[in-house]
Amino acid sequence: MSTLLDINDLEVRFYTPEGVIRAVDGVSLNLERGETLGVVGESGCGKTVTARSVMRLIPTPPGKIVKGSIRFDNKDVLALNRQELLAFRGGDVSMIFQEPMTSLNPVFTIKDQLTEGILLHQDISFEEAVKQAAHLLDLTGIPSARERLNSFPHQLSGGMRQRVMIAMAISCNPKMLIADEPTTALDVTIQAQILEIMRNLKSEFNMGIMLITHDLGVVAEMADRVVVMYAGRVVEIRKIRDLYADAQHPYTEGLLNSIPGSTEERKRLHVIKGNVPNLLDLPTGCTFRDRCEHATEKCAVEKPELVEVKPGAWVACFNYKDSRTKDQNKIQLTSEGEVSIDNRVSKEDRKPLVKVENLVKEFKVSGNFLGGKSKIVHAVDGVSFSINQGEVFSLVGESGCGKTTTGRLMVGLEEPTGGNVEIAGQHFYGASNKVQRRLRKEAQIIFQDPYSSLNPRMKVETIIGEGLRIHGDHMGRKEKEERIVEVVRSVGLEPYHLPRYPHEFSGGQRQRIGIARALILNPQFIVCDEPVSALDVSIQAQILNLMKDLQEEYNLTYLFIAHDLLVVKHLSDRVGVLYLGKMVELADKNELYGNPVHPYTQALLSASPKPDPGAKSDRIVLTGDIPSPINPPSGCYFRTRCNRATKKCTEEAPKLMEISPGHYASCHYI
Amino acid sequence: MLKLIKKLNVTGIIPGEESFTAKEEELGRKRVSFHGRIFRSMVKAKTPLIAAVIILVVILMAAFAPFFAPNEPNSVDIRNRILPPAFIEGGISEYPLGTDTMGRCVLSRLIYGARVSIVVGIAAVFVAGILGTVLGIIAGYFGGIVDDIIMRLADIQLAFPFILLTISVLAVIQATRDVHQIDVNLIQRLLPLILTLGIAQWVVYARLARGEALSMREKEFVDAARALGDNHFSIMFRNILPNSIAPLIVIASFNVGSSIIAESSLSFLGLGVPPSIPTWGGMLAESRELLITGNLWLSTLPGLCIVFTVLSINIIGDWLRDFLDPRLRT
Repeated sequence: MSTLLDINDLEVRFYTPEGVIRAVDGVSLNLERGETLGVVGESGCGKTVTARSVMRLIPTPPGKIVKGSIRFDNKDVLALNRQELLAFRGGDVSMIFQEPMTSLNPVFTIKDQLTEGILLHQDISFEEAVKQAAHLLDLTGIPSARERLNSFPHQLSGGMRQRVMIAMAISCNPKMLIADEPTTALDVTIQAQILEIMRNLKSEFNMGIMLITHDLGVVAEMADRVVVMYAGRVVEIRKIRDLYADAQHPYTEGLLNSIPGSTEERKRLHVIKGNVPNLLDLPTGCTFRDRCEHATEKCAVEKPELVEVKPGAWVACFNYKDSRTKDQNKIQLTSEGEVSIDNRVSKEDRKPLVKVENLVKEFKVSGNFLGGKSKIVHAVDGVSFSINQGEVFSLVGESGCGKTTTGRLMVGLEEPTGGNVEIAGQHFYGASNKVQRRLRKEAQIIFQDPYSSLNPRMKVETIIGEGLRIHGDHMGRKEKEERIVEVVRSVGLEPYHLPRYPHEFSGGQRQRIGIARALILNPQFIVCDEPVSALDVSIQAQILNLMKDLQEEYNLTYLFIAHDLLVVKHLSDRVGVLYLGKMVELADKNELYGNPVHPYTQALLSASPKPDPGAKSDRIVLTGDIPSPINPPSGCYFRTRCNRATKKCTEEAPKLMEISPGHYASCHYI
Repeated sequence: MLKLIKKLNVTGIIPGEESFTAKEEELGRKRVSFHGRIFRSMVKAKTPLIAAVIILVVILMAAFAPFFAPNEPNSVDIRNRILPPAFIEGGISEYPLGTDTMGRCVLSRLIYGARVSIVVGIAAVFVAGILGTVLGIIAGYFGGIVDDIIMRLADIQLAFPFILLTISVLAVIQATRDVHQIDVNLIQRLLPLILTLGIAQWVVYARLARGEALSMREKEFVDAARALGDNHFSIMFRNILPNSIAPLIVIASFNVGSSIIAESSLSFLGLGVPPSIPTWGGMLAESRELLITGNLWLSTLPGLCIVFTVLSINIIGDWLRDFLDPRLRT
């Protein structure tokens, strides 16, 4: 192997009206031919800017590469002139972006977009280019590639578009591929397909891949070496196995420990306190010291350099793990995350608090006032379950499986087409306004997006107090204000936050405000709709801990909706798996994760990346995409992607049956 | 709220009193009164302050017109017709800004004219803005049949030329008054003018507000309000309206100018105010023929008045939009 890319002491700054942002602050790294280098870190740590600097894609102004060198295959990238740069981009290095929905031009066909790059870089005729384009689509596993060439981007699913992006990226045999969060926007089963393709292409073309991601599971699976970045600096470079087994930098340690599931039996997750610092106003010395448990006075004065502390381990820290005494390490383990005492009622005594009976929700699409053909989307198609008092019940499934709609139906945000929801012994739909009003106090919801879930024009105190304004007629002004202060404290914020506006808070803090708003009326039941999927790993751990604490303190019942199976495993008592609006499997958490019986559950579990490079199990990679809920397959909805499907599955839809106490599944062949 | 927290601190209910006040000071958040905040924000941005001063001067001049005007606005001086302003050769100091075709003092007419122009311009925009915004938000929020009805009404109105609509309405009112020989004062005379101008322009606001409401309706904070059991009225006007207001303010500030001009065209057709009452638009219309003979100042002066007033209102509108957005506050 020889060095393909060598970045040395790179510094990129953005000159904004607010001040100078040091996005990349002295980064050095290298990439060998045929190697996959993972670049991980939380948002705002400079991963993307580093990658874009390699392509010279930094918008200038306001950005500027102020220092350092980038050498690619013995070329000085920063010295390339315009012509050379055009040949370099796409020819030597190419890039895949995160958002497959916006990275293809919607007005051109796939053929136009694929051949454009080929014709620019190679001296061949259009017919040959088309032939080559078809071949590329074949390589990325797109079925009937020739016909697909004439499709427009909107006719393809997200996974398909990402394949087209990959085909475009490799169209000119680049020596290196930069993949910037290539699977973040995709479902796990599709993600598994894309990762598989990238692995195959790498070995076929002997490319170097720079894989940027925040998902430590994806890195564990794909990368040979990992670069951990924090606030524009590299803090650790390790071989993949070493990193997961023996992280040296406190940030890496914290990051790995805060993944749910990495700490089996501990109730609380390890957290890194605080937030990623503002790049406009970086602390002096080590940028991580404010959040570090091992920070000393030296860290405040001097910037730690990246040094090889032992063979193959480059760490930028004065007090890396091996340099610390045993005592210091022990403190770190006990300071956070003691097993809390489970003071909840034992499982047998729990009564069902929420019941869902045969819930159906159909959406009408298209059709105008003159009639027209309207189609029906079966978002939720006869789902039943019940949740006991004090229990965490999770719904998992890929996008479009109806989990969010189910959650919204349970708090009265949608009107069901059929079925009913029962909260505390009262039917919600069909009940009088008075009863519905009372039930709304009992059932609240926490949303996914911390940015759109808070009204930007309201102060935090108004946002949290909304529930009291609506329901608290019996309370005096003072009482209300006291209640607001109480709730704000219970979610880990301070009263001085109250007169501020949402934009002054970070994502994690905003999510806390959202939780406070849901808690103000003392509800018994809370629907949590992907509450942590928009957050960074370390913040995610903080919020998950908070939710767990609140649940124990107030004996709350959660319906937890998520696509991240590790998070679900960490938090829930029971889990239901949805596919195209139908429940396919429902069981106790340990039963479901240990003994999944439905082929979809099995595929889902095996597709979910595990943050453990050793665990390369036999993966079930599902073929194809999720069918459209407008026109679902006959019989069993899953049969089109199932390896066990037979004729019976085409004709007859399986029913949800109890296969062992508390374990339900719907499949003909269990 | 803050008062309460402080009080609680004194009684020791909330621990960590120092940290709270210390944090407040550290952030440099001084409690400023609302007026104080307006003034500071204007001074900081400079141009809004100049604009506010211009508007204030115009309003004061209009309100105390008899005090400021050097002559009677309608007194005719037939010997001194079409005089240029005093600072140009041929002008006399009695008429600082010259005279018009009937020998009336231009400066006095400008000062008196501000009354009708400003009142009609701003009031018409208020009528249109409030009507259009409310209907638009209702249409966007409820959707379905409500949306269809409101927006089809808007389409129908758009199909009528604006001037045709106002003329027909005003003509009917005028004719009724003439037939029954109802004597009306100025306010009564302006009211139908303001209302018709307002009704003629609501569609712009309705369409804009509807679009904003449609996108805001999908935001999760609206869902959160619904999940808390909030009623439609409060969701529309507490949650959606404040987040939709920015483009509406910009449109409204632009529309003040067009309302002043529209008033003049209607007056020109005899449907606005009687010719005896000076208005900026009216003066502009009267001086049109004189442009050919080279008497530029007669059109330029009322034109400048309109330009500066409208420009000032636009600047204030821009500033107001930013001022109302907590994200842009420092």
